[in-house]
Amino acid sequence: MQTALIIEQLLNGLQFGVMLFLMAAGLTLIFGVMGLINLAHGSLYMIGAFACASVAAWTGSFWLGLAASLIAAAAAGAIVEVTVIRRLYERDHLDQVLATFALILIFSEGTRWLFGSFPLYLDIPPQLSGAVQLPGGASYPLYRLAIIVVGLAVAGGLYLLISRTRLGMRIRAGESDREMIGALGVDIRTLYTVVFALGAALAGLAGAMVGALQSVQVGMGEPVLILAFVVIVIGGIGSIRGAFIGALLVGVVDTMGRILLPQVLATIIEPAQAASIGAALASMLIYIVMALILAVKPRGLFAAGN
Amino acid sequence: MNRETIISAILLLALFALPFIAQSTGNPFYVTLATRMAILALASVGLNIALGLGGLVSFGHAAFFGIGGYAAGIVASHAMNDEPVLGMMLPGSMPVAWLLAAIASGLVALVTGAISLRTSGVYFIMITLAFAQMVYYFAISWPAYGGEDGLSVALRNSFPGANTARPLDLFLISFGVLLAALFVFWRIRVSRFGAALQASRQNEVRVAAVGIEPFPIRLVAFVISAMITAVAGALFAELNRFVSPSMLAWPMSGELIVLIILGGTARLAGPVAGAMLFVMLEYWLGGLTERWQFFLGLILLGVVLFARGGILGLAAGKARHD
Repeated sequence: MQTALIIEQLLNGLQFGVMLFLMAAGLTLIFGVMGLINLAHGSLYMIGAFACASVAAWTGSFWLGLAASLIAAAAAGAIVEVTVIRRLYERDHLDQVLATFALILIFSEGTRWLFGSFPLYLDIPPQLSGAVQLPGGASYPLYRLAIIVVGLAVAGGLYLLISRTRLGMRIRAGESDREMIGALGVDIRTLYTVVFALGAALAGLAGAMVGALQSVQVGMGEPVLILAFVVIVIGGIGSIRGAFIGALLVGVVDTMGRILLPQVLATIIEPAQAASIGAALASMLIYIVMALILAVKPRGLFAAGN
Repeated sequence: MNRETIISAILLLALFALPFIAQSTGNPFYVTLATRMAILALASVGLNIALGLGGLVSFGHAAFFGIGGYAAGIVASHAMNDEPVLGMMLPGSMPVAWLLAAIASGLVALVTGAISLRTSGVYFIMITLAFAQMVYYFAISWPAYGGEDGLSVALRNSFPGANTARPLDLFLISFGVLLAALFVFWRIRVSRFGAALQASRQNEVRVAAVGIEPFPIRLVAFVISAMITAVAGALFAELNRFVSPSMLAWPMSGELIVLIILGGTARLAGPVAGAMLFVMLEYWLGGLTERWQFFLGLILLGVVLFARGGILGLAAGKARHD
């Protein structure tokens, strides 16, 4: 029974990790290429979830909702890039923080205006409901397994996109020398918009997939955004590989910590206290891991450049 | 006197006069509004030491603000129930709460600052944010002081010679602390320490080349900054008679940065101007529409994109000390 529980929690951690990766990949790509810190990335996640939930409710098809989430988040990302973000690339980080903070207020309140304050609910598609028997006697929800598969597939796809295609070549060139690729005749404005929309679409995908597990509501993006920051700080800002490893690390450490810490503490102190102290400690665990990693490597595990 | 000094003096006088005018015209609600302005200004004066003078964009000052709030709440609730705090019987008095707030936040700032200041730029922003979230999650999962429900302050802590239950007295205490903090900010800015701090913002390599190590200077600035913000948090808890975990949450950190930028970064009275404008906007937009945050976002966006330098920048021209 204990091993079944541990396998189940490991898979939960993995599912959480790949979801964080979808968020962190966009953030780290946008920072790597454009040097921009985007607090409004959580809003794009929320837009993906709302688009999926409302289209799925309207058409009855989760899959149409998923497509809508990609389109809506990418479109929102492109519009924001063209109207606001484009003016911020030359500014310092303080202005970027402030402007994207303002965007969060606008997106959150705008969404509440359109959809009301009540959360929306999104059902798991019938093809993916049910559970799978795992070796060792545990059973695991098929939908969560599907999220893991999609996340890994996106990670593989991003790797191929960046290392094998012309667009990826331009992205890598943009990371190492922005002026030079402009001078070589690449339309850098369009490239920036495409990268931003790509990052937004990944966030929207994450939001839509998680929307079927939790309720879809205003403010759902920001806790995930902050964890994604932890991920890219651990992995090294600008590194997709770092984001992948950081995301899995954070996902697994956070999930396992919540299960294991109270149990470990219960062997030392009395159970009631162990439960509350364990819960408090577990919620801090990933930040402690981050601090430890930064104490050794201040620029993260896979710092780009330098 | 230059224009910035005159405008700053007028702003402070206006803030000081507001509750008296409110009281005499029979609008006591505005006394609370003015107190809120003074307390938020105090919190951002603290942040302005790190952010404005030191160039350290801390996106985690809500942690110190909240720690201050919990210090006040804990002192008040223990004093009411006659329970000792950490083995000591403490009187329910504001200076005691402020001392506790400053010590606790100073220690947290010392540890998190020592780790965060190993990095710079966007890493620093994200790490301070992450540490503040850590404190937030700790507070909401720790049941002893209310957890997610927050902590009520049934009876405000006392202050010698004042009746803290009276709104005007609380305003005068907050305004007095604000003036003291402005004095500290001004002293730091003109001191050798402040010169080194500002120089390490402008050119770290040169500062190191003349034999000053930036790290300890920044760490001390970060700790002082956290302590002032914590005292503001303690007053905020007294004002609301409630310590909400949302004082620790990241939007509060954003709000403090917003106040500074609105007013004018690194300027003495920037936070005062910013806090007055922000609270007025909040109140005025909140009265006009339920969706005030939407319009607040639009206004902020406009300020960042088109009005760099904040209100004082618009009113008093470019800062001279840069």
